[in-house]
Amino acid sequence: MSADTLSIRNLTIEYQAKRGAVQAVRNLNLDVRRSEALALIGESGSGKTTIGLGIVRLLVSTAKITSGEMIFRRFDKTGQVIKEFDVLKLSPGEMRAFRWKDCAMVFQAALNAFNPVLKISAQFADTARAHGYLQGEALRKRACELFDLVRLDPERVWNSYPHELSGGMRQRVLIALGLLLDPPMLILDEPTTALDILTQRNIMDVLKDLRDKLRFSLIFISHDLSLAAELADRVATVYAGRIVELGNVYDTFQNPQHPYTIGLMSAVPTLTTHRDNVSSIPGSPPDLIDLPTGCKFHPRCPLAIEKCVCEEPTLSPTTGPEHLAACWRWPEAKQTLMPNPK
Amino acid sequence: MSKPLIELEHLSRRFQVKRNVFITAVSDVSLTIHEGEIVCLVGESGCGKTTTGKMIAGLLKPSSGRILYNGMDVTSLQGKAWEQYRLGVQMVHQDPYASLNPSHTIYDIISAPLRHHRYVENETAARHRVRQLLEMVDLTPVDDFLDKFPHQLSGGQRQRVSVARALTVNPSFIVADEAVSMVDVSIRISLLNTLLKLKEKMGLAVLFITHDLALAKYFAWEGRVGVMYLGKLVEVAPARQLVEAPQHPYTKVLLSAIPEADPERTRHKQRIELRSMDVPSLLRLPTGCAFHPRCPFFEGEMCEKVIPELTYFTDGSAVACHPVQKQRAAELQA
Repeated sequence: MSADTLSIRNLTIEYQAKRGAVQAVRNLNLDVRRSEALALIGESGSGKTTIGLGIVRLLVSTAKITSGEMIFRRFDKTGQVIKEFDVLKLSPGEMRAFRWKDCAMVFQAALNAFNPVLKISAQFADTARAHGYLQGEALRKRACELFDLVRLDPERVWNSYPHELSGGMRQRVLIALGLLLDPPMLILDEPTTALDILTQRNIMDVLKDLRDKLRFSLIFISHDLSLAAELADRVATVYAGRIVELGNVYDTFQNPQHPYTIGLMSAVPTLTTHRDNVSSIPGSPPDLIDLPTGCKFHPRCPLAIEKCVCEEPTLSPTTGPEHLAACWRWPEAKQTLMPNPK
Repeated sequence: MSKPLIELEHLSRRFQVKRNVFITAVSDVSLTIHEGEIVCLVGESGCGKTTTGKMIAGLLKPSSGRILYNGMDVTSLQGKAWEQYRLGVQMVHQDPYASLNPSHTIYDIISAPLRHHRYVENETAARHRVRQLLEMVDLTPVDDFLDKFPHQLSGGQRQRVSVARALTVNPSFIVADEAVSMVDVSIRISLLNTLLKLKEKMGLAVLFITHDLALAKYFAWEGRVGVMYLGKLVEVAPARQLVEAPQHPYTKVLLSAIPEADPERTRHKQRIELRSMDVPSLLRLPTGCAFHPRCPFFEGEMCEKVIPELTYFTDGSAVACHPVQKQRAAELQA
C-alpha cells in the first residue's frame, strides 16, 4: 500500500479555560490517504473543527497542542514520496508556506472569510503574492479556470465585492481560492451548513466534480450525515475529541458498529425513514473539561457495562481490518440498537 | 374536522427597502390551521416563512389580507380581546442563546409572565407552577434548573426553557420558528418529541417553520406541510404525501436535491435539474408563476403570464401550478 498524505499520531489539543483544560482533541490517530475524501462527523463540541484547525495550525491562542506528531508527505507525479516532515515542527515561515501550498482550509461561514472592502480579484492577488505565485493576467487566467471548475461566471465574480455574491457563490469562490495553489489536501469546515437546499446540492456537485478532476485529498467536517454519505470515501465519527469509528462509507452507513454512530444515524430523520425508527440519543454531549471516566460515551450508551466505565477502548478492527471502532461491546451493538426497518 | 383556529386570508406583507422601493416578502398567502393541528412551513431562506410566522404571532402587521383567530379578524381586536389573542398565540424563537435574558434565572424567566398576567396569586403558587412547567418540558430534576442562568444550560435545555415560557399563558397555538436548528443533532428529536407530547396533552396547534423537509415530515407526520417560494405558498399537502408524492415542480426539485443518509441510495438518486440556478430577486419578481424561469416543467405562455392560484384538490392537497392543475382538473375541489 502506498504511503498516506497525512499521518496524525497521538495528537492532543487543549484549550485553556477558567474552569480548567478543555480537552478538545485527545490522543488522536488518523491517516488521510492520497486522493481520498474523508468525512469527520460529530456533534458541535466534539472536536472536529479543532482537528481541522490543528492540521493547518490556526488554533486560537488559548489552544495548545500538548503532544503528538503530524507527518505530511509530498509526492511526485509517479507517486513517490519526495518529502516527509512533521507539520508540528515547522518554523513559522515554513508553516506559512505549508498552508495553502500543501494544505488549504475553507472555513465555515463563507461571508466572514473575505475582506469586505477588497474585490475578489484583490483577495486572489493577495494570496498569490504571499506565496510568490502568478500575478496579473496570468493570475486572472488561472482564477478564471478555477471559477469555471466551480461553475461560477468568471468575469462577473472576478470584479465583484464579497457582498455582491450570494452565500453559495461565496462558498464556491472560497473553494476556488483554496485550490489556487493546487494543494494536495483541502480541508472544508461545514461546507454546506447555513446554505439552502438547492445551493447545498450545487456545492456537493461542484465538490464531486473537482475531486474527479484534481484528485486532491479532501477532509470535510460536518454534522450532516447525508453529506458524508454523498461525498466521502471514508467516514470518521468523532466523539469527545477522539475518533470512535472509522470505516469505508458504505460499511459505516450500512453496518455501523459504534453505539454513538448508530445513535446518530437514528437521531436524524431522513425523507424515507419511518417516524417510529427515529430516536434521540439520551443525555447530552459531554463536558470536555470534566470528562466521564472510561469510554466517554458510556453515560449515554444503552449497552454500557462496568468495563466501559473503567477503561477507555481504543480504535480496533471490527468486522474487517478497515472498519474500526472504539467500543468494548461492538459485537452486540448493531444487532441490539439498530431499529428494524419499517 | 376540528374548528379552524387561525385562518390566513390573502395575507401579504411588504417591506420598504429604499424610498419607493418595496419588496413583497409574503404575497397572497391563504391557509387555515385547525385546533390541535400541526402545520410545517418549509422553504429556502428569504421565502417569507418567518415573516408569515411573525404575522400570525402578532409581531408584524400584514400589509393586506386578514388573519382570523377563532373566527375574529385580529386587526379589529382591541383591549381584552387583543390581549387574549396575543396570549393564545405564542412564539418559540430560533436562537435559544439570544431569546433568554442572560441575567435572569430560569425561575425568573418563567415566572415573569405568570406574575405579569396574574396567572398566579403569590410566590408559592408561582413556584409551584414553574416546577410544573419545567416538568412538562422534561427539564428534570426541576431543582437542578430553577436557579440556574441560561449560560449554564445547553442549547437544547435553553430551548426547552423557551417552550416552557411559551406555555405559561396557556396558549392554544405555538409558532416555532426553526426551533431546533441550533440544537445538537443527537438531541433534536427529543425536543421535537417533547413538543409533540405537549401538543397531544394540551391540544395545542403548532406552526413549525423549518428549512428541513425531512424534519418537517417527522414532526408533521399526522399534519400538513406547506411549501413556500418567493413569498408564495406553492403547495400544501399532508406531510407524508407531500414528501412521497410531491406535486409542485419546486417541491419535486427540492426533494430530489436533498441527500440521503445512505450512500447507496443518495448516489443513485434521480435528480431533477433546474433550468436556472439563479434565484430571482424579490425586487424584480418574474411575471406569472415566480418559479417559471427555473421550472423544469415550464409549459409556456400560461406560466409566464398568469400567476397560478393555490387550488385545493379533493384529496385535501393544494398546488399553485398551471400544468398540475390542468392535469388534475377532474380532481379540483368545487
